Amino acid sequence: MTLTLLETVALAMLGGAVVLSLLRLLLGPTAPDRVVAADTLAVITTSGLVVLAALLASPLYLDVALIYGALAFVGVVAIARAIEGNGS
Amino acid sequence: MRLLADVILLIGAAFTLLGALGLVRMPDVYNRIQAGTKAVTLGALSLLLGIGLLYPQWWSKLLVIALMILVTNPLGSSTIARALLMAGVQPWKKVESNSTGENNP
Amino acid sequence: MTTEPVTREETYLAHGIFLFLLVFLLWIMLAGSLEPGEIVTGLMVALVVTLASRPHLSVFSGLRLSPSAIGPFLAYLGVFFVELVRSNIDMARRVLSPSLPLRPAVVEVKTRLSSSLGRLILANSITLTPGTLTVDVRGEIILVHWVDCPPDSDIESATRAITSKFERHLKGFVR
Repeated sequence: MTLTLLETVALAMLGGAVVLSLLRLLLGPTAPDRVVAADTLAVITTSGLVVLAALLASPLYLDVALIYGALAFVGVVAIARAIEGNGS
Repeated sequence: MRLLADVILLIGAAFTLLGALGLVRMPDVYNRIQAGTKAVTLGALSLLLGIGLLYPQWWSKLLVIALMILVTNPLGSSTIARALLMAGVQPWKKVESNSTGENNP
Repeated sequence: MTTEPVTREETYLAHGIFLFLLVFLLWIMLAGSLEPGEIVTGLMVALVVTLASRPHLSVFSGLRLSPSAIGPFLAYLGVFFVELVRSNIDMARRVLSPSLPLRPAVVEVKTRLSSSLGRLILANSITLTPGTLTVDVRGEIILVHWVDCPPDSDIESATRAITSKFERHLKGFVR
């Protein structure tokens, strides 16, 4: 499908969001900061996959987004548990 | 219809961008969680709504994804915040302010 | 609004049926079609899932499964989405202002909801509302990280400011 101007701007903003969260992921400064950045990035990626499904007009990517989101959540909880264990 | 969907998509992308900006600008990890979770959740929901207007035949699966984000994202953030508190990470305080509720009664 | 006393077995069955319908609905939504094959598979999957999660059905015991719960549920959804949008505008304002107006603190609030499901929904709602993030739930005390904590806040004022708007509606459909 051909993109309208608004859609192009929206895509650019989404790309900017990914870059900013990657920046936080790289900068840290502590491990929890990176976990938070990764969590946020996962949700942005989930919505990004849905946008990709729309761009390619293929509903297959919706399932990918669903599974990706669920797995990201499990991963975040696992890492949070690991952080918790270090403190006590 | 296309215009409405585009505007909603744009709002969603803007909130997502603001959330990521908050992630970079906020001074400590708790505030980063706040900015990241809230803005990105609404941004994702808004993007899903926009896509739903563009492709009405996908609504059921989009609704499931939206519900999943709505339930798991705050839960994941709370889990991280809880882990941080248990690991002993103290919330950041502004240096010049002496006004904090819980820690300074 | 008190529900009539029911035996343990009856509520157990009701929660099982609730989970069954929930799983079946989820299946149909994911399949995106109403073909007979999908319906039969969905019914079988929902049955297996319900039977397999029998030991954990008590999660749903917090739900009030009665027609009078629908009104509060819809009211809650309305409040929730309004708060979600408000919280984002609030957060956007803070992020964009150069001075970062923050007065963060961790406060305790009290909940009158007794079930774990009710507390879960409340905790999630708190996380998505203006400037507050649930940190931990310890019994009836919820620890909340508050971005803009008023200088002289105690547990009562924090409870009023953070939980009361949700709890009013939540109490209608969860315990």
